[in-house]
Amino acid sequence: MEGTKFTKEHEWITISSEGLAMIGISDFAQEQLGDIVSVELPKVGSKFRQMQPMAIVDSVKASSDIYSPLSGEVVQVNDELSEHPEWINESPYELGWIIKIKPSNIEELDDLMTAGQYSEFVGEMEK
Amino acid sequence: MKTPLYDFHKSYGAKMVDFHGWEMPLQYSGIIDEHINTRSAVSIFDVSHMGRFEVRGSSALDCLQILATNDVARLRDYTALYSPICYYDGGIVDDLIIYRISKEKFLLVVNASNREKDLEWIIEHCGSANVENASDKTLLLAVQGPLAARVMEKVTTHKNLDRLKPFEFVITDIFGAESIISRTGYTGEDGFEIFVDSTRTDIWDKLIEVASKFKIKPAGLGARDTLRIEAGLMLYGNDIDENVTPFEVPLKWAVKVEKPDFIGKKALTSRIIDRKLVGFELLEKRIARHGNEVFLKNGQRGGFVTSGTFSPTLKKSVGFCFVPTYISPGESVELSIGGKLYGAKVKNSTRFYKRIGN
Repeated sequence: MEGTKFTKEHEWITISSEGLAMIGISDFAQEQLGDIVSVELPKVGSKFRQMQPMAIVDSVKASSDIYSPLSGEVVQVNDELSEHPEWINESPYELGWIIKIKPSNIEELDDLMTAGQYSEFVGEMEK
Repeated sequence: MKTPLYDFHKSYGAKMVDFHGWEMPLQYSGIIDEHINTRSAVSIFDVSHMGRFEVRGSSALDCLQILATNDVARLRDYTALYSPICYYDGGIVDDLIIYRISKEKFLLVVNASNREKDLEWIIEHCGSANVENASDKTLLLAVQGPLAARVMEKVTTHKNLDRLKPFEFVITDIFGAESIISRTGYTGEDGFEIFVDSTRTDIWDKLIEVASKFKIKPAGLGARDTLRIEAGLMLYGNDIDENVTPFEVPLKWAVKVEKPDFIGKKALTSRIIDRKLVGFELLEKRIARHGNEVFLKNGQRGGFVTSGTFSPTLKKSVGFCFVPTYISPGESVELSIGGKLYGAKVKNSTRFYKRIGN
């Protein structure tokens, strides 16, 4: 998980070499939500400020907003999730990615947790 | 509170959840997996959190006839029926199953969330009958699914369990322990419920072991909820409560107005009904939840969602909602979920799934 950062709302984000950010939800989040059955995705081109809700994930038992870890513009969404929402459960960091954005202020990354900090954060929540 | 099977749930990897003060298994392998297993094979549920009361004495039948909207006098020994019990204004106190063991001995199974309230209400209106809270005396297990009868024949010496009709029961044995086994359940599948001494927690593991070739799996409250919604069955606290009458929801069949008297009869027979609970199918990929508002074509508020889920069998987003009585099946409404409106279609009943067979 080196280079991956996390929010307190349990999104993860990685920055590619082209400077695009890929966003999904953490393994802890998918485990808490249980079976995910649908995802409402934003339109490509929509703009979000940091920590604004950008998508909605519905599991059998709960609905959950997905917040944008960084400000930016949506450049791609994982359309395959409409057929395979369960990929978020099965492969939260790979097949289950949700949105790619072009960040407008990469310095916002400093507000986010490293993998180590996030696992501590989750550990606290489980106590 | 915990049922005697709490440690078993933990050992089977259950994710536990608070359910009206009870620490209960929400899921083990996953809600959808458990749901599908119940529809295709067989599942075992611990429902020991439900309340069990014994009503005894020569006035037991009269007392239950006054409380229940359904006709308890129709019961023969070893048969059971489903009934709401109502307040004087027609609002629902609870919905329960009444088992007739003999003319002077009945067993009631009530919702976990209503145990104390029900006991008070029943004692208050059953002056001369002997009402006892027997909830802690037994475990209550539900074995549900198309293979349930094949599982049950392996665990009891009773020869003709498969001949039991729905809502019939026998007093027999399970792994040598005296038990009541009834052909009841709340999943829309064939199935049995087992009452057995609360010390016999070993039966959980034994049942699962004996039934392993039938692919039995434990299932939790999550699957119990999705199964009952697909089957169109009401859940107290979600779809029915003290502000809802049986005539507003699909429980009219369980109200026998021809009975001489029962609590709530006067109100029910005179009250004007202006809303009804219907099934809906959401046309977009969201899930409606309890409390989401319903809007009609003219933009007016029309009611609210009482239950909503993803149906693993139909692979659709479904649920129940209140709408004005003039809304017809097939009409479109909109549901407000998280402040956004989503189209939904009104169905002709709350039942989305009916198993093949009886």
